[in-house]
Amino acid sequence: MGEIILQVNHLSKSFGSHEVLRDIDFTVKKGDVTSIIGASGSGKSTLLRCINLLEIPSGGEVIFHGENVAGRHMDPCAYRSKVGMVFQSFNLFSNMTVLENCMVGQTKVLKKSYGTARENAMKYLERVGMAPYINAKPRQLSGGQKQRVAIARALAMEPEVLLFDEPTSALDPEMVGEVLEVMRGLAADGMTMLVVTHEMAFAKDVSNHVVFMAGGVICEQGSPADVFGNPQRQETKDFLARFRNN
Amino acid sequence: MDKLVKLCQDVSLLWSKYWPMYMNGVKNTLVLALVATAIGCIIGLICGILNTIPYTRNDPLPKRFVLKLVRVIVRIYVEVFRGTPMVLQAVFIVYGLPYFTDNALRFDNTWVAAILIVSINTGAYMAESVRGGIISIDPGQTEGAKAIGMNHVQTMTSVILPQALRNIMPQIGNNFIINVKDTSVMFIISFTEFFAAHRYIVGVNNMYFPSAAIEMIGYLCMTLTASIILRLVEKLMDGSDNYELVQADALTMTAGTYTRRAGGTPNAALEEERRSRLRQALKNRNGSTRGDR
Repeated sequence: MGEIILQVNHLSKSFGSHEVLRDIDFTVKKGDVTSIIGASGSGKSTLLRCINLLEIPSGGEVIFHGENVAGRHMDPCAYRSKVGMVFQSFNLFSNMTVLENCMVGQTKVLKKSYGTARENAMKYLERVGMAPYINAKPRQLSGGQKQRVAIARALAMEPEVLLFDEPTSALDPEMVGEVLEVMRGLAADGMTMLVVTHEMAFAKDVSNHVVFMAGGVICEQGSPADVFGNPQRQETKDFLARFRNN
Repeated sequence: MDKLVKLCQDVSLLWSKYWPMYMNGVKNTLVLALVATAIGCIIGLICGILNTIPYTRNDPLPKRFVLKLVRVIVRIYVEVFRGTPMVLQAVFIVYGLPYFTDNALRFDNTWVAAILIVSINTGAYMAESVRGGIISIDPGQTEGAKAIGMNHVQTMTSVILPQALRNIMPQIGNNFIINVKDTSVMFIISFTEFFAAHRYIVGVNNMYFPSAAIEMIGYLCMTLTASIILRLVEKLMDGSDNYELVQADALTMTAGTYTRRAGGTPNAALEEERRSRLRQALKNRNGSTRGDR
């Protein structure tokens, strides 16, 4: 497929003496939808946070368009504005309305004018079905609505890659659908996405690359057909068996 | 009962004779408390913000050194001024400075001295309140801001401080009310606030207790007014609990229940038909997009 956008080389991360990630290698091409699956505590979220430099990797490289962004003395702000992130706990700015949430990054970071920023924000809010709620504060919205606003906020920065950190884990079951629906739409439009998820159906149907993590290493990766249909490692088989039983 | 009547008589006697003096004291107390609280808040805000600038191992050494030094200085300031009585600080600054500098440095204006002392005192308390306000904001807010590429200054000014300031409003009120009462120790540098008026008045007659009663009522009136105003300000800052849905186009009434985009499912054709019928129905309402419900 397309050009390589993001490349993770020998990435490792330790908190003190506790090694959370070890020797992680994978590549994201333009238009890829990569799902990262694995048991809780296997380092999925930490990996995503390392890619966005919310955690500083202890070793290895994160290469974005041929440039290592994880090096010392590197200003991460410009890089982060090109890599969007959607959090499990939404992290909408609670002092701003829905519209302001989607505009503040554009006006402050990208230095867009108020008019352009507003137009752009409205475009993405309409896309996630939240345009009528522009004057609401985050505390007045349901979980699913908050997460859709968070997706619109990330999209409004027009990022090249969008990272999702368990976007549906904090939602009530009936709200999971509306968020996954938005994400399916984005995938269909060719957005490059990296999704940490427990939604196996999403990983199987929507993504074109699946990374299975266990104990801080990548245990197995490949196409969904390979990983779900013909898992090679015992850990993968055990993990998937647990989901089938549910 | 007779005692109470007697007290009331004495109070009204004192008031009718000395009310300009009492009122002048009230005015001075309020102005001092207001100005000093405002300046103290600014000092506290600066200290609190400086104190919470994050640094990591990856930052260059000079930056880490400066930040560390700033924290130590703020820490010393807070501990010294929070840990000693204001009345002694007043004595040290107003009488100590000329003593050590052989009158080269001294305060001729008691207003300046009083404002200075109360301000730096309030600043020491507020520094900790502001720090508390900043660290009480959910780290997710900072992460959300970082994730869209904001730097520390942008994160602070747009996201963290507006929320932190709202959270420390009760603390600002607290400090103002404490200042209204605690400025009474400023009589030591012969600043004529409300309590100094009392000391002067009871010095020229023997009605100590009735005058103290006037003081009590006066202080309570000032602090109660301050409390009420503060509550109103907080309410204003919280804004309305209601919001209007913006009916941008006819279909927005169905928004909030995001439905699958047409195509790819067996229901797609049905869904599209349902939508177009809805669109048509809404159009027919004399151009009004707002439903009757």
